[in-house]
Amino acid sequence: MSKRYIVPLLYILFLMLPIYWLISMSLRTTNEILDTTQFSFFPRNITLDSYKTIFTDPTWYGAYINSITYVAINTVLSILVALPAAYAFSRYRFLGDKHLFFWLLSNRMAPPAVFVLPFVNLYSAVGLFDTPWAVALAHTLFNVPLAVWILEGFMSGVPKELDETAYVDGYSFPYFFVRIFIPTISAGIGVAAFFCFMFSWVEMLLAKNLTSVAAKPIVAAMTKTASTSGYELGLLAAAGVLTLIPGALVVYFVRNHIAKGFALGRV
Amino acid sequence: MNKIQNNKAWFFVIPVFILVAFNALVPLMTVVNYSIQETFGNNEFFWAGSTWFSDILKSDRFHDALGRSLVFTAIVLAIEIPLGLGIALCMPKKGPWVSVCLILMALPLLIPWNVVGSMWNIMALPDVGLLGRTVNALGIDYNYTRQPFSAWVTLILMDVWHWTSLVTLLCYAGLVSIPDAYYQAAKIDGAKPLAVFRFIQLPKLKHVLTIAVLLRFMDSFMIYTEVVVLTGGGPGNSTTFLSIDLVKYALGQFDLGHAAAMSLIYFLIILFMSWLFYTLMMREETSP
Amino acid sequence: MAKITIDNLRHSYLSQPSRDEDYALKRVHLDWADGGAYALLGPSGCGKTTLLNLISGLLPPSEGKILFDGRDVTHDTPEKRNIAQVFQFPVIYDTMTVYDNLAFPLRNRGVDEADIKTRVETIADMLELTSTLKKRASGLTADGKQKISLGRGLVRSDVNVIMFDEPLTVIDPHLKWQLRSKLKELQQRIKRTMIYVTHDQTEALTFADQVVVMNNGEVVQTGTPIELFDKPRHTFVGHFIGSPGMNFLPCDVRDGKAMVGGQAIVAGNAKAAGKGKLELGIRPEFVTFSKSGLAADVVKVADIGRVRVVETKLASGHSVKLIVPEGDDIPTGKVHVSFAPAHTHVYENSWLAGDTSRAAS
Repeated sequence: MSKRYIVPLLYILFLMLPIYWLISMSLRTTNEILDTTQFSFFPRNITLDSYKTIFTDPTWYGAYINSITYVAINTVLSILVALPAAYAFSRYRFLGDKHLFFWLLSNRMAPPAVFVLPFVNLYSAVGLFDTPWAVALAHTLFNVPLAVWILEGFMSGVPKELDETAYVDGYSFPYFFVRIFIPTISAGIGVAAFFCFMFSWVEMLLAKNLTSVAAKPIVAAMTKTASTSGYELGLLAAAGVLTLIPGALVVYFVRNHIAKGFALGRV
Repeated sequence: MNKIQNNKAWFFVIPVFILVAFNALVPLMTVVNYSIQETFGNNEFFWAGSTWFSDILKSDRFHDALGRSLVFTAIVLAIEIPLGLGIALCMPKKGPWVSVCLILMALPLLIPWNVVGSMWNIMALPDVGLLGRTVNALGIDYNYTRQPFSAWVTLILMDVWHWTSLVTLLCYAGLVSIPDAYYQAAKIDGAKPLAVFRFIQLPKLKHVLTIAVLLRFMDSFMIYTEVVVLTGGGPGNSTTFLSIDLVKYALGQFDLGHAAAMSLIYFLIILFMSWLFYTLMMREETSP
Repeated sequence: MAKITIDNLRHSYLSQPSRDEDYALKRVHLDWADGGAYALLGPSGCGKTTLLNLISGLLPPSEGKILFDGRDVTHDTPEKRNIAQVFQFPVIYDTMTVYDNLAFPLRNRGVDEADIKTRVETIADMLELTSTLKKRASGLTADGKQKISLGRGLVRSDVNVIMFDEPLTVIDPHLKWQLRSKLKELQQRIKRTMIYVTHDQTEALTFADQVVVMNNGEVVQTGTPIELFDKPRHTFVGHFIGSPGMNFLPCDVRDGKAMVGGQAIVAGNAKAAGKGKLELGIRPEFVTFSKSGLAADVVKVADIGRVRVVETKLASGHSVKLIVPEGDDIPTGKVHVSFAPAHTHVYENSWLAGDTSRAAS
């Protein structure tokens, strides 16, 4: 084994340390955490109380459900609208196409902080405040351009001859698009869905401010706990550990396609 | 690909356009509205011209926040780009461990940003956190809730932990796409490892490095959640970056005029930088 | 420049090879003289690139030895062997000028600038690159870049052998001929040992003095282009070389004569044939229409420019192709075909019957 492999290994160790600490805190009782005279690397008495609280308290598990809801809505919506648009950018030149593309990309660069107040006004005005739809739609501002960018990259790798053959064979456009084209770029859809999921799942500023009670996501429920007091550190840690799971699952499922997505440089 | 000229393609683009325009144009118009007007409530607005803009541009508060953001971004870029690249260079090209390593490295990128902040919060607590306790045990007086320097160090450490993997993954993808023949030719030419890096790897990584720098610049300049959860912008306002200051104006103080003006200035800075990078990137792609 | 000896070389990409199929290169033994032009010819997957990489040192062999001028270089790195290699696609240093690209191998070896200047300018002149010396290498066309790759190999005066791995793959068709001629001209001028790997028989036969034909990890025949054409030692060589390839017909041997479909055909080596599977081989160039000979039906006529390829079918169903030069008449329907005796050979189990020295050279 080459000596330089020690570098990635050390780095991964560094990455795992805070994650380990979070897990270990989630398994400790509050007393143990707050007892500063007895500090130890491993939890001395493992307890699942924090997890029990989360699974039984509706404010907690409801928050997870809310989060998953808007992330799912956002991912599906973003991909659905991005597919035809990416196809257009890939196969056609049209009036203003380059400017439109750049304008789309520039929204990915927009600071959410700039939009937080206008979004609160906007979504209140259309009556979507405090629903998962508000967050899902707000996130499309950043995710749709990303999805279009990624999908266009994959679509451009499919030769136009495929489209032309389908027409010659007599297939209608919808049939061609759904039954022939989409399976060809399924890896691209996987990558785009992964990135949409990722950006929507991790975002907090908009998710927190566009909801209050009914649609409160986990990111908001947790920050409330954090500011209250140190008493609930174990609970906070447990909530945090549970948020790692969807991310880990998603990356595991799309692990082979991610390399392609990164390789295209279209993050 | 030879694209066909056809304006009917707009029909394909309309859903995207409507969605993004709804989210972008309407709020932007609101912001512009607020930035040039003044209100005392009751939905009455008075023309304020460029008052808000000159207020912001002249205010120390804005300059401080801008300065802090620039310094933070500079430090973070200076650490993450070389570090990420270095780790990618040390990774094996293929083998059973590669996917495991890549998945583990990707994990920090998928953690909700507030959890990242909470994680480091718990790590860095001076009395009960792993990091805090260890550093203090070594004799260094460390308390990020009271000392601006410690707060900065913790924030930078957190950001490096959080985002370096993005650079690593991008650079790794770029590296494995370099055909073996280049390394073989370099061997035959008698090139030393440094020359291989300088003349083969670095030029071939130009594209991914540009993307990495672009993304990290934007995201670190806009950073909000992790900082707010970890330090709240403090102690005092030593870690109040632009986003945090802006949200304070908008949602904290409901100071719509200042918030709006600052939003526009902030957005313009980023737009300018993204145009710069986009042009640079496009120029790279078209050059032979 | 060096005499190259490949001694019982075997290579497997697997760590624990057990059967013959596990070996990419089954057993190769070759002796190449100094300053010659050699080609390794064979279809994709025959092991020619493996053999090339073993000779250049990019791959250490599983078994066997490689000697340069009698010196064992089997475990030497490429730099120590002093070889140069031109790859399938142009490998150049994009950020450097053409001059710096050519100077790179010399600078790495500590040659001083004045000498470098002379060498680079000489080589650039030989390759017609002088006008581009100050330009950035990435701006050249594909054939220009391949010339730079070649130049980096030529610029070192101590190079033992230059290897080419299908170097014309990315070159435009109309430029292939030019570059090929240039390579041949260079080889004859500077007389360095050059090994050219390709699956294209035209490239191999026009470039090389000696061609090594490979198939399935083995050397099937080594010889000059004429030898390969006139007397293929293996049916594979018969198929692979020539366009279209050799005709093969199943046959028997009775009383020292080859029998096809009951008729006796004269073949030089018929007496040496044994009890294995027998075939008669004859190139389309040496088949003619005649009054006597095997009965056949004319099935297809293809006009390929200077000549026409006529496909006929025998009563047994086997097809026999002939090459008919321009201007000659082609009969239709039922005909008779006869084979030039000097070029008719019997093959036993795919190898030339009576051939005493089997495989390799």
